[in-house]
Amino acid sequence: MAEVKAVPRITASSRWARRTRHGDVFFWLLTLLFALMIIGLVVAVGIVTYNGSAGVRAEYGWSFLWGTDWNPIETELYPVSFGAWPAIRGTLLSSLIALILAAPTGVAIGIFLSELCPLRLRQPLGVMVELLAAIPSVIYGLWGVAVFANWFNDWVANPIANTVGQYVPWLAGPVAVSRGLAITGTILAIMILPTVSAITRDVLQAVPSHQREAMFSLGATRWEVIWGAVVPYARAGIVGGIMLGLGRALGETMAATMLIGNSTRIEQSLFAPATTAAALIASELPNAQIPLHESSLIGLALALFGITLILNLIARYLVWQTSRGPAGEKV
Amino acid sequence: MSLETNMLTYAQRSRIDKALRGCTIVATAIAIVPLVLIIAYVLIIGGGALNRDFFTQTYRPPVPVGVDPITGLPVEGMEEGDLFQVQARGGVLHGIVGTLMVTITALLFSLPIGVLAGIFLAEYPDTPLNTFIRFCSDVLSGAPSIVIGVVGFTLIVKQMGTYSGIAGAIALTFLMVPTIARTTEEILKLVPNAVREAAMAMGAPMWYSTLTVVVPTALTGIVTGALLAFARGAGETAPLLLTIQGNSNLSFNMFAPMAALPILTYKYIESPFPAENQLAWGTAFVLMMLVLGINLLVRATTARIKR
Amino acid sequence: MAVATPPRSATQTAHSMTVRGLKPFYGKRLAVQALDLDVRPNQILALIGPSGCGKSTVLRCLNRMHELIPYAHAEGEVKLDDINIYAPGVDPTLVRRKIGMVFQLPIALRTRNIYENVAVGLRLGGVKNKAELDARVEKALRDANLWDEVKDKLELSGMALSGGQQQRLSIARTIAVEPDVILFDEPCSALDPISTLKIEELLLSLRQRYTIVIVTHNMQQAARISDRTAVFMVEKTDDIPIGVLVEEGPTEQIFSNPKDPRTEDYITGRVG
Repeated sequence: MAEVKAVPRITASSRWARRTRHGDVFFWLLTLLFALMIIGLVVAVGIVTYNGSAGVRAEYGWSFLWGTDWNPIETELYPVSFGAWPAIRGTLLSSLIALILAAPTGVAIGIFLSELCPLRLRQPLGVMVELLAAIPSVIYGLWGVAVFANWFNDWVANPIANTVGQYVPWLAGPVAVSRGLAITGTILAIMILPTVSAITRDVLQAVPSHQREAMFSLGATRWEVIWGAVVPYARAGIVGGIMLGLGRALGETMAATMLIGNSTRIEQSLFAPATTAAALIASELPNAQIPLHESSLIGLALALFGITLILNLIARYLVWQTSRGPAGEKV
Repeated sequence: MSLETNMLTYAQRSRIDKALRGCTIVATAIAIVPLVLIIAYVLIIGGGALNRDFFTQTYRPPVPVGVDPITGLPVEGMEEGDLFQVQARGGVLHGIVGTLMVTITALLFSLPIGVLAGIFLAEYPDTPLNTFIRFCSDVLSGAPSIVIGVVGFTLIVKQMGTYSGIAGAIALTFLMVPTIARTTEEILKLVPNAVREAAMAMGAPMWYSTLTVVVPTALTGIVTGALLAFARGAGETAPLLLTIQGNSNLSFNMFAPMAALPILTYKYIESPFPAENQLAWGTAFVLMMLVLGINLLVRATTARIKR
Repeated sequence: MAVATPPRSATQTAHSMTVRGLKPFYGKRLAVQALDLDVRPNQILALIGPSGCGKSTVLRCLNRMHELIPYAHAEGEVKLDDINIYAPGVDPTLVRRKIGMVFQLPIALRTRNIYENVAVGLRLGGVKNKAELDARVEKALRDANLWDEVKDKLELSGMALSGGQQQRLSIARTIAVEPDVILFDEPCSALDPISTLKIEELLLSLRQRYTIVIVTHNMQQAARISDRTAVFMVEKTDDIPIGVLVEEGPTEQIFSNPKDPRTEDYITGRVG
């Protein structure tokens, strides 16, 4: 019973002190057991991906991450080799494009929803943003492949490749038809926009209104209030929201698989086909014939899990810290 | 400060204010365009693809209009376009059955874990263990779904030697548990303490009052959690690709490969036959309606509970 | 915008406010019955009354802070000297610069240090010169009786100060931009007695240079520091509470010889 009494909640612990019925202990243990299963699920993900990638870690060690050749099938020219860099590069670049497009836009939308939007529109727009975050990613991918890709080629990719691309190698043609890093990044940006905007809106709304009033009473314009008091107050939370969006972009599978072109060759141009870790796993794991191939793909999954775990850890902390609102710290 | 300089800087400040406020409106408008387009396309093209066959038929091999189905030879007087016109389009009944069976099985797995863990988080709050469990729940819901697919693939598909519906259900469980646990916890915290105390005052032990008074009061909330989890599970594609693989036939066997709606969306959009592209939009329509419908329903009920 | 700033000659330092027929609304609900009020130059006017009588609402109408509350607006005429701040085309931003406000909760802007908490209004006004900023920040902090306590820790967050110090910091921030009128909304209600005393001393010294309106629920405070007092009451018509200005006059007369029986009931503690 001693450990049961240690549950530090006044009502609960006094109940525990009063009641020593076995049912309560049993109930506590039962719920605890199932709660622990959540930890178990996380541990399972870690162990399975870690054990599954033992082969590739023994073969390449850390250099797996920056090896540039991914050749699962032996040919006369190329020996079998597994280097994760094409996938990691594609993951980072497509997420970076998504971040560059979605972070400023998402923060601007969050500011609009929280600070400037007419009250009548606030509720419907807010609901819409949250609903969009729930739409399955395969639908974004579907629209990207079937509709957006053509527009993107005609209005963005080809014009850029034909003008700036003549001089800047990483924007050069030829533009792969409907496939490549740039279009994947753009669709990822559309996908993570609701996440970034919704969290920005939430942390801005958590800023106490007296911070705004203090600025207003000095004769600040609305924007000066937002930029001088509200946004700085919620800065950490906004960064956290952007990081959660980044985590979603890094791990996104379907839209990437459908749009990136699934090529493990490293090409300089953003308009050329590439691959991401998630897309590579989805397309090759079911067909992996040799153990090292399978192990390499699981190793990619482990890397992906590790990165998103760290991102989540930092992001949740930042968002939590902002909504909680600390006191008395040094600026 | 002299009046004149003040006025000058004020005019500038006012312009900056207007310009940047305008920027946020423009950003919102720009962002709304693609999002509205996505919904509109799915509603219009996908909605147009629905008919009776869509819900009652399974996969039909695409036999072009211009080809004799038995001999496989071009019929007389065919035109080139006829090669891409399919005689019968088929439907996605196998996908609907697969999605329902896999997701509902996953729900059966994840409901007890999620609900009991949610009760633990709500009724014994603020211990370090509690914080850690909540963090693990966040990690699971933030983990890339492909990673969960890899786990299902290695843990179950490799061991069983075959893709199966049950492997898909177990993979989805990983993703649905955090949703249910979080919703259950939040809803239980909304139950007024007076309700608990009323039961306690009558001399009921805590487990009894939790199960007979608190949980029934919060039942709507737990159901909404299950619905949200269902919506999330039904839309997941990546983990299913690695666990249930997909199946062109109607199958009720949970220990064999199965079809699922999002997998069909993914496969059919790559097809050269417009008829199969239509099916892709149709499945997207069904998925979107399912997800948006559940979310709106949940929103309406939670608004009612909170009031 | 040209109409926005009241004319101000170099020598004029005393400013008055005139309220005529002011009606503050929350949505369609009238919060306080139409009222007239005069704020005399270099005096302290106290607004007192039971809670819910609309005294804070009236105060917030005096520098157009009221309309920042969703669905709230005000009708009527409020003049600073001879400019109606509710006239069409007047920018509320400029009104608030001329009529500053200090709130019930001490507010340190969380993301700025003590120095920047005071300098923020000056920076908004376009003061960039470091020496001028330093001088005016120091003067504002001295005028707010805070300089000696913070001069060695200007780089620390304002959140590191005590409640009373934060309130004086808020006052320093307000007087740094040299407004014509300062509004105080229950500035001491969140403070301990010693901090309250310090703020009251500060208010009396500020009266030399500013015109002051203060809302307080503390009648002794009103009696101690104000020159004139306005008493508000809540009345109910059809169960809808509405604020009413009952009486306004020299503080001494209000407390010793009130004309309205409701005032007498209130200050003798029979209501409110």
